Amino acid sequence: MTRSALVTTVVLALLLGASLAAPWLTSIDPLAQDFGASLLPPAWSEAGSLAHPLGTDRLGRDVFANVLHGLRVSLLVGATSVAISLALGVTLGLISGYAGGRVDAALMRAADVQLSLPPILVALAIVALFGSGLWRLVILIGVINWAVYARTVRGSVLAVREREFVEAARALGVAAPAILARHVLPNVLTATVVVAAVELPRVMLLEATLSFLGLGVPPQVPSLGTAVARGYQVLFAGHWWVSVFPGLALMAVVVCVNLLGDWLRDATDPRWSSRR
Amino acid sequence: MALLAASAVVFLLLRLAGDPLELLVPPDASQADVEAMRRTLGLDRSWLVQYGAFLAAAVRGDLGTSFYHGVPALELVLERLPATLELILAAMAFSLAVAIPAGIVAARRPGSLADRLARGVSLLGISAPPFWIGIMLILVFAVELRWLPSSGRGTLAHLVLPAFSLALYRVALFTRLVRAGMVEALSQDYVRTARAKGVSERRLLYRHALKNTLIPVVTVAGLQMGSLFAGAIVTERIFAWPGMGRLILDAITKLDYPVVVAWALVVAAGFVTVNLIVDCVYSLVDPRVRLG
Repeated sequence: MTRSALVTTVVLALLLGASLAAPWLTSIDPLAQDFGASLLPPAWSEAGSLAHPLGTDRLGRDVFANVLHGLRVSLLVGATSVAISLALGVTLGLISGYAGGRVDAALMRAADVQLSLPPILVALAIVALFGSGLWRLVILIGVINWAVYARTVRGSVLAVREREFVEAARALGVAAPAILARHVLPNVLTATVVVAAVELPRVMLLEATLSFLGLGVPPQVPSLGTAVARGYQVLFAGHWWVSVFPGLALMAVVVCVNLLGDWLRDATDPRWSSRR
Repeated sequence: MALLAASAVVFLLLRLAGDPLELLVPPDASQADVEAMRRTLGLDRSWLVQYGAFLAAAVRGDLGTSFYHGVPALELVLERLPATLELILAAMAFSLAVAIPAGIVAARRPGSLADRLARGVSLLGISAPPFWIGIMLILVFAVELRWLPSSGRGTLAHLVLPAFSLALYRVALFTRLVRAGMVEALSQDYVRTARAKGVSERRLLYRHALKNTLIPVVTVAGLQMGSLFAGAIVTERIFAWPGMGRLILDAITKLDYPVVVAWALVVAAGFVTVNLIVDCVYSLVDPRVRLG
């Protein structure tokens, strides 16, 4: 592990730890409104108060608590929807690569279509049609991002399929699903994990963007996207802190995950090395 | 064909979504009023009949009338098209103009200060939440410094912030792409041969190496045109840019079907056109590609 990868891991671990420990780090309910403490600046400015280290928004909600809880939701949505895409994509990729023929052609054509459509357009359309909600959003994001995993897995399956140990298993009469699960899957896993690491930040940004547009997580769930949108409303009056901190927190996590994803890719696949 | 498929999918999805009349009529309207309105809008017929009627009208260039604005939907969308195209093309031009030189400089000496700078900035560029970047630009250049307007369209000054905020992610993406391609190309034998034979460094970079790097850049630029249409929705909202993106956000929340369908068709037509252009550019960049 390189030094920068180590530093990134530590920073990311701190951010993750802070967001997971949100209920213990701040006793303030992120949704609690307090009109007496509306639009307080951060603690280090003159009018600020230590009770609200990063200030408050227009309805007196604590920005620090919102950042921590929002990060938590963001990671939750990101991780679970990546898990859904992973399960769906790996299954379809295994089927596609192993079955070949028409099934393969149809699945890969569908993957092409999915990859050519910007996810935010698809998500926007579906949310607009069927409404949103925390779990609906997770499933939606998970389902519309399967193609990249299916492609990766299919490629690896094609390479593994003709190897001797798979042929041997087939000759011994092992059924196709068992061959896929026992002999093919372990060999395609590394590539998939790398893809998942690269996908996670993109998915987190997608959730935040949808929430920013008011089409993501419902208002009673703290979200970084929603928090930035609230800050946008008071931006022109000079209340910068409401939108700056949530965005900064999200960006910090995404930078760390991106760095680690790059590092993971370099470490597992020398062809992709960005240093050379 | 692609347009036909797109129209059918959008049409079906919209019909699954809900009854626009619930949103259209005032809550105190009588049942008879609702039915009368349903008939005038043609919503009382079966889906297939509706789609057939829609197709028959569509080939004549009529995509229906907006439920809310009362004007032809296609007209409404096309009216906003120039604003969106202006934004998208400005963003694309800017990102290529910055990324190609930046990628080349970074690739010339991997590990140098310029390279590390380019990589650091592009990492931030692909990691920044796009909507947040727009807001930060407004905060710095419109609210604090008061150099540029934060909303509306008209002068070049209005274009700067939205185009830049939309371009940032692409600048980062293309810089990475050009850098990777150039590093690859510069390590190839033909470059060494050309250098040995005394070709000038300038000619070597731009003529020999860059040309071989441009193919993936053209591909990704084509794909990015699609996501620029999507990204423009967010940008137009933040900067109050009067384009198609704001129209569609509005139409989606109000279930204004004709506008959504017209918008989807215009975007699909845009995708098809971009693909055609990309194929043509391929043959310009790479003589091995022939348009057949």
